[in-house]
Amino acid sequence: MTAVFHFGGEMLQLDPAGALVWPAARVLVVADLHLEKGSAAARGGQLVPPWDSRVTLERLTLLLRRYAPRTVVALGDSFHDDKGASRLSPTDAATLHRMTSAVDFIWVKGNHDPGPPQGVGGTAVAEWISARLCFRHQAATGATGEISGHFHPKARVVTRAGEVVRPCFMADGRKIMLPAFGAYTGGLDVRAAAIASHFPRGGRVFLLGAQRLFSFPV
Amino acid sequence: MPGTLPEPFAIWFAARGWAARPHQLAMLAAAEAGENVLLIAPTGGGKTLAGFLPSLVALATPREKPRLHTLYVSPLKALATDIARNLTAPVTQMGLPIRIETRTGDTPADRRKRQRENPPDMLLTTPESLALLLSLEDAPAMFAALACVIVDEVHALAGTKRGDQLALCLARLATLAPAARRVGLSATIAHRAPLLAYIACGAAARLIEVAESAPPQISMMLPEQKIAWSGRMGLASASAVMKRIRAAGMTIVFVNTRAQAELLFQELWRLNEETLPIALHHGSLDIAQRRRVEAAMAEGALRAVVATSSLDLGIDWGGVDQVIQVGAPKGTARLLQRVGRANHRMDEPSLAVLVPANRFEVLECEAAISGVAARELDGDAPGPGGLDVLAQHLLLMASCRPYLPDDMFDEVRRAAPYAALSRQDFDDALRFVEDGGYALSHYERWRKLFRDSQGMIHVANARVARQARMNIGTIVEMPLLKVRIAGRGGMALGEVEESFANGLREGDTFMFAGRLLVFLRIREITLECAEGGTGTPAVPAYGGTRMSLTTNLAARVRAMLHDPARWKTLPDQVREWLAMQAERSELPAPDGLLVEIFPREQKWYLVAYGFEGRNAHQTLGMLLTRRMERFGYAPLGFVATEYVIGVWSANEPLDIDGLFNHDLLGEDLELWMAETSMLRRTFRNVAVISGLVERHHPGAEKNRRQVTVNTDLIYNVLRKHQPDHVLLRATWADARGGLTDLGRLNQMLDRAHGRIRVQRLDRVSPLAVPVLLDIGRESVRTPADEDSLLLETEELVAEALGTVAMAPPKRRAPRLAGAR
Repeated sequence: MTAVFHFGGEMLQLDPAGALVWPAARVLVVADLHLEKGSAAARGGQLVPPWDSRVTLERLTLLLRRYAPRTVVALGDSFHDDKGASRLSPTDAATLHRMTSAVDFIWVKGNHDPGPPQGVGGTAVAEWISARLCFRHQAATGATGEISGHFHPKARVVTRAGEVVRPCFMADGRKIMLPAFGAYTGGLDVRAAAIASHFPRGGRVFLLGAQRLFSFPV
Repeated sequence: MPGTLPEPFAIWFAARGWAARPHQLAMLAAAEAGENVLLIAPTGGGKTLAGFLPSLVALATPREKPRLHTLYVSPLKALATDIARNLTAPVTQMGLPIRIETRTGDTPADRRKRQRENPPDMLLTTPESLALLLSLEDAPAMFAALACVIVDEVHALAGTKRGDQLALCLARLATLAPAARRVGLSATIAHRAPLLAYIACGAAARLIEVAESAPPQISMMLPEQKIAWSGRMGLASASAVMKRIRAAGMTIVFVNTRAQAELLFQELWRLNEETLPIALHHGSLDIAQRRRVEAAMAEGALRAVVATSSLDLGIDWGGVDQVIQVGAPKGTARLLQRVGRANHRMDEPSLAVLVPANRFEVLECEAAISGVAARELDGDAPGPGGLDVLAQHLLLMASCRPYLPDDMFDEVRRAAPYAALSRQDFDDALRFVEDGGYALSHYERWRKLFRDSQGMIHVANARVARQARMNIGTIVEMPLLKVRIAGRGGMALGEVEESFANGLREGDTFMFAGRLLVFLRIREITLECAEGGTGTPAVPAYGGTRMSLTTNLAARVRAMLHDPARWKTLPDQVREWLAMQAERSELPAPDGLLVEIFPREQKWYLVAYGFEGRNAHQTLGMLLTRRMERFGYAPLGFVATEYVIGVWSANEPLDIDGLFNHDLLGEDLELWMAETSMLRRTFRNVAVISGLVERHHPGAEKNRRQVTVNTDLIYNVLRKHQPDHVLLRATWADARGGLTDLGRLNQMLDRAHGRIRVQRLDRVSPLAVPVLLDIGRESVRTPADEDSLLLETEELVAEALGTVAMAPPKRRAPRLAGAR
């Protein structure tokens, strides 16, 4: 079950998988895939399980089936580093290639992957603007109608039986920040100054759940 | 058997009016015969001196070229330091040519270097520092002349991951210095054979046991008013405890948790009109503060100290007149260990007082007193060694020098916890270290080990070895924040878990380190606070395993409960309570399982008297609620205590035999467990210990951009793609033993089979009252449970604020954590 969010004159949907959908334009948006983060860790001496790209791409495939978008926007840090695309396993590279051939795939550049990804198709851009919406990696101070990623927002909620921490969307009338979509991506508390400073008057968080989102004022 | 000490020692002993004790002479004889020895003696028996005596005697004659002769390993850094000090005294007084040094994580770099180039005669260290020494390339040279390894407090190490690591190191030392003897020092324990095997390390070992001469005198003290139905803190007895403190010279007040220590400490000070010096000691307090308290105890400057298991081990302070245990004793072996802290003279009985916090604990205390009188010891036998610890060891050993897998397998199997290790598990652990051991082979380029043409295992490069050495150890902490008084030069008080800090807001009062504090802010990894504060304080609780009521003690409680003839020592209130239970329902039988079902406030309650400890009951609760769901009883929640499990549901539970059928431990269990936070927490420990993720990374302090991956995320991915991976197998093995206590749950279902007594009542029974009062403490969750908690909280917040409100929620309403 998605949450409907009116923003910049458009009707948007927030999906509990951590993606944003713009039905009128048939656009699907995901942030911070961090593909090949596992192999980046391995290079540094931590041999973590190597299936992270596969898991991330499988989750993305499900969304493509559900929403059949014309355009997919990946909001930067799509690869954990500039060499990430070259480390994809042949299977994962083929999966990604099928995706980028089937839809308009927009790679917004991020700080982890400032160069365009090599050999995987799609179009690399610094930021992507459509109607009154601007899609970029990192939120800019004072910008409105802006949809971004970068910070991997997560929120903590105190419940009757202790604290629950989940990745979340963070939004107000001017900005939407997407949670990280990658299988190995951690998070930053929305109360941290880096995120909170973009929402001077507070906002709402939408915590990801199995079937739906859980919304709280911040 | 030789009956005397050699010259300088005989004179030294005589000068103090001492005579060598028989076990000290027996230790000398064993040394002469070159035997490995396990010495079991009650606290205060001169155990440590007995362990060192043969080495002191051997080293009394000057040697040509000093080399490392004796290695001493203790579970506590502080213990190594204290022992070094205590040994230096006789060595100086007798003018012996012996150099004694310590080597721990705190040893400065220049001294470490010197110790490697010019080792002392005796080196006192910890399991972690020993593992580090053994990983160095010069380890074979350093330990070549080793004659003796002394392991102190073996009973506290065997069966833990630190014990597993030390056992592997002992096996390594046996390879490097085959002539070295092993000496284990242990308190009195239930399982001698596994400890003997631990010291034997693939060879033979002799047992020298010193009998307890005077059994301790243990009594029970009840609160002045009514005995509580529920609760575990025992604060109602604070004034009675205070009276005892006033009447004695020096008292140790032992409690079961750090939170209980804080609360009782505050309560005692509230009553402490004479301002007697009473201190607090627990594992989360700043180390410098703890050392100050210990030093004050040693000087006799304190009248009482409130302590947790942080004072269970350690040197003998002497001068302790009594021990008071507030709250459930949990087991006779632990009780004896604590009681032994009082009056450390073997010929006089130790004095101890048990203070139960509730009615069930009265039964437990009574059972513990009779268990001690019957000299019955308890505690679980140590289980097989962890594969995560093995993985860490295999990398460290490759960092020392190359090895053949066959040789290493033989060496590892000499370590008692790994005696039954399969070749498959060994090979899988080795492959995991080598390249991750994943079915999807991906990491050839970054492998940590390589095999040469002879099949020897080498570490891939110096960086891998350095990283391995930086991550030695088997103790994995929850994320912690330092607690500090704000301002320049503000005092460091200790550490709390991050999740506790996240629940505080500016201005909130909390209790820590025996003070009332006001929360100000979190700055990086420090919680800043100020003295003072008003309102009801929060008390930090700590995760991790809590000790469960032991099987033996539980059996004693059950037997006592069922036999009114044995109630005569119990207080009137408790006797009446049990008599009423017999009248309204029935008393739980020693074998079989009593299950009561009764309606209350439009719900049905099912209470089962398992007596198998909180961990086992918690697992049972999870499994029962799943099954009740399937049976259509609509379960709503459950609560687990040490003694019983209570479940409430919308519909009446009918098929009780079906609910408790043995197949409860079948696939339901696997499915449920895999989703729980317990398994994720266990996996986190395994991932850190095995070296899958690192605690410390070279240069990480300067450059925070190292790649770290959250272990929960790794767990999800690994479970999906390679459920039989060696780390997941290690995780399951840990979970089965510790948090879920499946062994005991199994026993209970066996016992219950065909012997379930169902009592359908029209209202709550007397024995069930405590568990109903405990409702609301449950916290084991799966992601699905978390979703329903989020939903409930979302509705509450919406109701409290109106759905459109964006203002911060009011105080005490459910809220986003960390709001400040």
